[in-house]
Amino acid sequence: MKIIKMKKILVFAMAIFAMASSSFGQDADNMLTKVDRNMSSKNRVFESTMIIHGKRNTRTVTSKTYSEGNRKSFTEYLSPASDKGTKMLKLEGQLWIYSPSADRTVQISGHLLRQSVMGSDLSYEDMMDDRKLTEVYSAKMLGEEKMDDRTTRLLELTAKVTDVAYYKQKMWIDAERFIPLRQELYGKSGQLLKRMELSDVKNIQGRWFPMSIIYKDMLKDGSGTEFKMTNVKFDQDIPEYLFTKAALKQ
Amino acid sequence: MRTAIKLAYRNLIGAGLRTWLNVIVLSFSFVVIIWMKGILVGWDHQAKNDMIRWEIGGGQYWHKAYDPFDQFTLAEAHAALPAAFQTEIENGNLVPVLIAQGTIYPEGRMQSILIKGIDPGQNLLALPTQKLDTTPDAIPAIIGENMARTNKLKIGDRTTLRWRDAHGTFDASEICITAIFSTNVPTVDVAQVWIPLENMRSMLLMPGEATLLTIRNPETIRSGPGDWKLMTVNDLVADLEAMIKTKSVGQSIFYTILLLLALLAVFDTQVLSIFRRQKEIGTYVALGYTQREVVWLFTIEGAMHAVLAAVLAAAYGLPFLIWQARTGWKLPIETGDYGFAIAQTLYPVYSAGLVISTTLIVMLATAVVSYWPSRRIAKMNPTEALRGKLQ
Repeated sequence: MKIIKMKKILVFAMAIFAMASSSFGQDADNMLTKVDRNMSSKNRVFESTMIIHGKRNTRTVTSKTYSEGNRKSFTEYLSPASDKGTKMLKLEGQLWIYSPSADRTVQISGHLLRQSVMGSDLSYEDMMDDRKLTEVYSAKMLGEEKMDDRTTRLLELTAKVTDVAYYKQKMWIDAERFIPLRQELYGKSGQLLKRMELSDVKNIQGRWFPMSIIYKDMLKDGSGTEFKMTNVKFDQDIPEYLFTKAALKQ
Repeated sequence: MRTAIKLAYRNLIGAGLRTWLNVIVLSFSFVVIIWMKGILVGWDHQAKNDMIRWEIGGGQYWHKAYDPFDQFTLAEAHAALPAAFQTEIENGNLVPVLIAQGTIYPEGRMQSILIKGIDPGQNLLALPTQKLDTTPDAIPAIIGENMARTNKLKIGDRTTLRWRDAHGTFDASEICITAIFSTNVPTVDVAQVWIPLENMRSMLLMPGEATLLTIRNPETIRSGPGDWKLMTVNDLVADLEAMIKTKSVGQSIFYTILLLLALLAVFDTQVLSIFRRQKEIGTYVALGYTQREVVWLFTIEGAMHAVLAAVLAAAYGLPFLIWQARTGWKLPIETGDYGFAIAQTLYPVYSAGLVISTTLIVMLATAVVSYWPSRRIAKMNPTEALRGKLQ
């Protein structure tokens, strides 16, 4: 009789544990969906300032970007004078750069994709892979952490598809605004490759959005690259011709 | 003929300093042409020999998508090795190499490189791959001197290597430099890291795959099966040959100018001789020489400059050329970054064909420029010539 009672308690406890884990999993996936909802949009137009901290000096590059979904984007560099007029077009996994000094358009591919963008901690490859997180990762809740004055949920994301740039990610998500405040990107072997710190979260057109991101290539020296966005607008009317190679020379 | 040669010789020697100045300039052309051509032939021999030892063996099989000049193709240029190759791979007669793009971070700097996986037990190529058999707690790696110098890496140094696997997923691990080799073949050195093939296959999720295979014995060459295309040694050195040919054309412009200067001096001497020796020409005709024979005499006299120049060139040129063949010519600039096989010191190679052809070309050219002004003699009035009247 006692054994049967014990068994019942054990089964009950296991059921509770299973439900709790599944609810944690669901929570994590829901949270990721909410993050996607904040971070993804039909299209987006923004101006940005990229502050690149090198070993000896710091460079500031400003640009204006038009992006549609996660497949098309067009960036025009506005300053410094040496980079002014340089344009970058991303279309369905292909990347072209127009250099005004040479009046040439070059397709960036192969090993060139591994080069950093304007000497920053961002490589062209990093800019190419921007699918929705829920399409690529399954999430697991690791716990709750305080980051500055915000409560965050720590999620561990593991790739559920094979063609993903980073196999694992750790993501600290603002528990109220559903915006990642920190992301760590890992290789399959567990090596930490990149870290992103997201801040200055603002509400724009009904969604929370980080206006400042610090990228740090963890394998490289230096203090990383600050990426500050200004004048962010979602769901604008972007002329279709902007996402053509012809627009690069205009 | 004999008399003509004797006369020509006496006249030449009699002209004294003028003859010797011409001969010295012409002999200089001989030596420089032979030396410069010898350097190119030596480079050709040395580069091909080094490429065979370090990179291409007796030929290669390439994956059909592989193009070493188009890095864009590299991601697709790999496939499982066909069964037909297995026995020869096991016997060491075929050496598979897997190639992928990667990044290393020496001293925290980012550097794009090629990662090449090779069997540590191979003995076909001169690469010290046995050093990849060591088992430090990082991936053992060998690099060339150029790569070591540009990235400030030494034996025992560790650095992080980052790559993308077959699906495009990033990963990184530490490599340990176990050997640094010295080679004249930059295509196995510059911006490259060699690691054990099996490590690379498991890192890239490409089990049993390769990008190319190097063949030991060219006699066993047959057309490549399926996805593999055969590249013979001639195919693989074609670019080098084309480049040496281009250099040879550029060089020939230089020694054509040098030769022209020397020939101009001979030409001037001939014109002056005919102008100043009209009485002598008239006397020859009066003694029974035909005008044709006098033209012949003057042509031999001019052409004999080349003979004397060849003798003089042999006197001082031979020791110089032999010394150069032994010690070589050290290029004054660093050749490691050239991107093609070239040693820092080039050893000239002189073949009999090179020496004979150069001698014949110089002699023929001298004979032509000697004959050119001598043709005027045929048009001279012998009586006027005998009187020394200008014609």
